[in-house]
Amino acid sequence: MIDLLTSIFVITLRAGTSLTYATVGEIYTERSGILNLGLEGMMLMGAVTSFATSYYTHNLALSLLAAILVGAILAATHAFLTVTMRANQVVSGLSITLFGSGLASFLGERLGPASNNYNLVGMTGSRFSPIVIPGLSQIPVLGAMFEQDILTYALYLLVPLAWFYLYKTRNGLNLRAVGESPQTADAMGIDVVKTRYLYTILGGMLVSLGGAHLSLAYAPGWAENITGGRGWIVIALVIFAMWDPARAPLGAILFGGINAIQFRLQAGGTDIPASYLNMAPYLATILVLIATTWWENLSHRVGAPAALGLAYMREEK
Amino acid sequence: MKRKFWMFFSLLTVIAMLLSACGGSKATEAPTAAPSKAEPMKIAFIYIGPPGDLGWTYEHDRARKIVEQKFGDQIAVKYIESVPEGPDAARVIRQYAQQGYKMIFTTSFGYMDPTIEVAQEFPDVYFEHCSGYKTAPNVSTYFGRMYQPRYLAGIVAGNMTKNNNIGYVAAFPIPEVIRGINAFTLGARSVNPDVKVHVVWTNTWYDPVKEREAAVALLDAGADIIAQHQDTTEPQKAAQERGMLSIGYDSDMGKFVGDSVLTSPIWNWAAYYEQTIQNALDGTWKSHQYWGGLKDNVVQLAEFSPKVPQDVRDQVEAAKQKIVSGDWDVFCGPINAQDGSVLVPEGQCMSDGDLLGMKVFVEGVEGTIPQN
Repeated sequence: MIDLLTSIFVITLRAGTSLTYATVGEIYTERSGILNLGLEGMMLMGAVTSFATSYYTHNLALSLLAAILVGAILAATHAFLTVTMRANQVVSGLSITLFGSGLASFLGERLGPASNNYNLVGMTGSRFSPIVIPGLSQIPVLGAMFEQDILTYALYLLVPLAWFYLYKTRNGLNLRAVGESPQTADAMGIDVVKTRYLYTILGGMLVSLGGAHLSLAYAPGWAENITGGRGWIVIALVIFAMWDPARAPLGAILFGGINAIQFRLQAGGTDIPASYLNMAPYLATILVLIATTWWENLSHRVGAPAALGLAYMREEK
Repeated sequence: MKRKFWMFFSLLTVIAMLLSACGGSKATEAPTAAPSKAEPMKIAFIYIGPPGDLGWTYEHDRARKIVEQKFGDQIAVKYIESVPEGPDAARVIRQYAQQGYKMIFTTSFGYMDPTIEVAQEFPDVYFEHCSGYKTAPNVSTYFGRMYQPRYLAGIVAGNMTKNNNIGYVAAFPIPEVIRGINAFTLGARSVNPDVKVHVVWTNTWYDPVKEREAAVALLDAGADIIAQHQDTTEPQKAAQERGMLSIGYDSDMGKFVGDSVLTSPIWNWAAYYEQTIQNALDGTWKSHQYWGGLKDNVVQLAEFSPKVPQDVRDQVEAAKQKIVSGDWDVFCGPINAQDGSVLVPEGQCMSDGDLLGMKVFVEGVEGTIPQN
């Protein structure tokens, strides 16, 4: 039983890693008042570019850098359209998703070696393998935390850091102020445009890293539509986490883990039809949405940025 | 004024991005031979996925290259990849029919209704639909008895398993997949009656991450061989990373993954394509329903991994001869259903109709078929 729980926990953490990166990234973006629905496209682009880099260079640091760069470029495009051009954030985000997923498929068919018809599918590159930490990994159940790859270990640092930065530093306060009331923040002397650019791009980098984790560690290799809708789940996860980076891993583990659990239940011979289990993550999304809305009305403690999705225009009053 | 310009500009950028994203599927011109005196017959292939999936579409594309080579300048072939099932498919198929294509192969189950729909508008075009059941005077169907090589693969797995637990990553609970699981189980138990085949449904044909997760769950549950009915190599890769063995599907997956893939039941569409294209060229093409087996060579067992010992190869060869000779088939009794009741009594064989509508597991399968 303990072994089963441990193995479920190992795979759950692994499955939740890409979701956690993307959720923390999107929390930062939304905290600045920018809604970025381009996650799915950005994760796919991160996955394809990082895998292509790892295939050709076998340098994992370079692969991550490629993903970060691509995420930054796509997020900067979104920031340019929504902050500078004040375009509708939903439309711009959706077009980033469409553009990103189309381009990722295209690149997947063009960046490969000539011997494989220029296709990246089916190729193998360098990957992040799990590193088992002796001693710590022997702890029952919790030992699962110490059988992970470097990207997951990095999260153990990143998540507390992201929380600390957001709530305990002046920069974090400024960021929250811009998302809450850009007019007030502007009056306080905070550069709204700069802040929004900065955190949209930072968020995009993390989202793209989430995609890179899929193609470099979780399911090494490139396959078309490797994200399978995980970008959309993240948008719900941000609400689930109530815009608090410290809660991001909880939701990511829950959502990432449901698949791992449902396949294990099936393999163990339960009679629950697979379709119900496959439905579960989406059902949970709805429940979470209802619960968070309800909770928001109850206590006003939820961190939904008041200016989320609204363009800021200084000169027009 | 300046603001208006900027708004217009950003709108334009968004539209441009949307448009560029829409150009997802693309037609690729296949190399065609030099024109000859006689006008070559134009043939089109509609693919559900990219030829680089190393599975289903990869095999259709391999066959396309073979017939192109064989018929040379008698035919001119084009293919289009990643065409989604649904209304889009009808548009794509119609486009080829309008451009004077004489023969159109639609290679996925979901193209069935669009194929029939377009075929009614173009009575002079030969349509060939893979894996469906609807025909028309100018629409044929073709498919293969994949259960036969799956039975042979089961013999390999039944011999090679050490703990008698085999995992099977399955796509959808439809007769085609159930038939494959049953045949595989019958093959495995014909040499090792203690084998249990554990089934996990993914409810997807193509989702690399999910298929891997399903395989890992089966490995964690104790399976030491992973078989699959999916369109990617992920279950095979997952087994290899754990140091376990696997059985591939669709294409010779051992070539892409390694020796841990013992063998793969594979498609060899060229065997059928050559024959039907020849008929079309000769003008003897008639609407038909083709369901070829091992003896027609349209389904095969891929080459064995070096890990498969000679006596196992001999057992497979003997069973293959039995099937090819036509005296016996996989679903000939006595066969028990999962609950122990008699499914096929001794001395009887399942009819093609029963095979095509198979809805129950045989004895030895662990898992349930979700009921609708």
